[in-house]
Amino acid sequence: MDHKENTVENAQKNLKRRHFINVSLRYLVLIIVGIFMVYPLVWMVGATFKTNSEIFSSINPIPKAPTLDGYIGAMQSSGGNINIWKAMFNTYSYVVPEVIFTVISSVLTAYGFGRFDFKGKNLLFSLMMAMLFLPQVVLNVPQFMLFNSFGWVGSRLYLPLVVPTLFATETYFVFMLIQFLRNVPKELEESAQIDGCNVVQRLTKIIVPMVMPAIVSCALFKFMWASNDFLGPLLYVKSPDKYPATIFVRLSMDADNGFNWNKVLAVSLISIMPNILIFFAAQNQFVEGISAGGVKG
Amino acid sequence: MAISKSIKRNIGFFFIIPWLIGFLVFKAYPFLSSLYYSFTDYNLFKGIHSYTFQNYIDVFTKPLETKALVVTFKYAFMTVPLKLIAALFIAYILNFKIKGVNFFRTAYYIPSILGGSVAIAVLWKAIFNDDGLIHMMFESIGLEAPRFFTNANWALFMICLLRVWQFGSAMVIFLAALKGIPADLYEAAAIDGAGKWTQFFNITVPLITPVIFYNLITQLVQAFQEFNGPYIITGGGPRNGTTLMSLLIYNNAFTSYDMGKASAQAWILFIILMIFTAISFWSQKHWVYYADDDGGR
Repeated sequence: MDHKENTVENAQKNLKRRHFINVSLRYLVLIIVGIFMVYPLVWMVGATFKTNSEIFSSINPIPKAPTLDGYIGAMQSSGGNINIWKAMFNTYSYVVPEVIFTVISSVLTAYGFGRFDFKGKNLLFSLMMAMLFLPQVVLNVPQFMLFNSFGWVGSRLYLPLVVPTLFATETYFVFMLIQFLRNVPKELEESAQIDGCNVVQRLTKIIVPMVMPAIVSCALFKFMWASNDFLGPLLYVKSPDKYPATIFVRLSMDADNGFNWNKVLAVSLISIMPNILIFFAAQNQFVEGISAGGVKG
Repeated sequence: MAISKSIKRNIGFFFIIPWLIGFLVFKAYPFLSSLYYSFTDYNLFKGIHSYTFQNYIDVFTKPLETKALVVTFKYAFMTVPLKLIAALFIAYILNFKIKGVNFFRTAYYIPSILGGSVAIAVLWKAIFNDDGLIHMMFESIGLEAPRFFTNANWALFMICLLRVWQFGSAMVIFLAALKGIPADLYEAAAIDGAGKWTQFFNITVPLITPVIFYNLITQLVQAFQEFNGPYIITGGGPRNGTTLMSLLIYNNAFTSYDMGKASAQAWILFIILMIFTAISFWSQKHWVYYADDDGGR
């Protein structure tokens, strides 16, 4: 009897030990990979407070002799009448309209496709879905020529970046909104219709509040993509005083190559600060937004 | 009366008019016009002088162009599998009841959100440059680090690594899919004596094949269009070792204004992407498992 109990106890102990090892292994992997993910960013933050002689001398992200030289350098305008603040102002002067226009035009399109039948709908819907697979790389050259013929290249109002967003050109968002729209019960709209709401009221008073989480996700992703966009401004912004942050960061890297890394990294960090803050403020929306396309779709 | 009736019946059409305009002006027309340009010697300043098939022949015969094709394939076939494997592996571990799962998810996801920015490309350069962080670290322990950006293979790998580092968004999508797998499937398998690896390959992988499929396509499309990495970090060098197709197209179109040539190369890239997308779609019936397909049939 004693012997039998012992083996059961042993087996349980063994199981517990194996479980413990498994769990520890998992955390070990997560932590090691996590260090690789986060360390470059932490090092970057530390490096902006280091002297240039210290920057590459140690992997310790915490500066030995903290200095604001990097930031002081970053504030100075690097020739011409552009500095980091102006560049960031330029960035958001087209990012904000892009976000607003994208959301409005995508919601309208999703509503039209998601809720109504009309002549030619199936054909148009297929065309729209096909746009998901039309890579931007094949459009860059001809779009440039199109905007060039409009006289929009070098536009001080960033027309080539902003105007297309009025026309629901981000197919992925339309697709995502339609996915969400499918989960909104049609009865809600029908009863509103009986209460005398017209189509526009139904859209603004029922659909928009119901799909708000999806709208927020669209706005957040568009904000990130538009503010990180590099090729667009590279092609269409020609006057230095209109350069957005992405172009400015690249220029300050080239200008200071190999000498002022603390300044270059400070400029870089300042330029992505709004994105970092928005990410932390709205993590869950990002996660839900990105899962929706892949999983529900 | 008849008109107002017909408007009412097709009211949905009015909501998609903005999209339709955008589709025709900013997508369809550029797309088709670039096909036309691709058969010309169109130069932005000199116009069209002759019609030719040479642009297409060049891609497969001229050393610079064939090299760009080869490098693009190498890059995509390195980046996509590494990224997907990392994403799936980490998502799988996170899906065990891990304490602080949100913390880890955030840590892994940040690089994806910020990674597209120029600032992160600058950071990559600071870390892997010939006088950058890694190099100095190797030196301090008396070793010599590989010259990441002067050796063509290393340079390509560094650009690939920057993208693999951004596996977070694919991971978030995988994680959402893994959460959808019912726990009793694993329990049943465990009772039958299946170990964790068997469970992974016989339950997890088959059930999330739709999501693997989705991630595979989106990542392939992205990888074949990679531009920022080579443009900002390596400038396409050394000796064109990182001149991916999109960079070659950019150089042809916007530094030599050879729009015809650039259009043909963009079309070849587009056709390659379509072939891969078609292969993925065609092959999905052999490996993608859709839950709706079984039962009742």
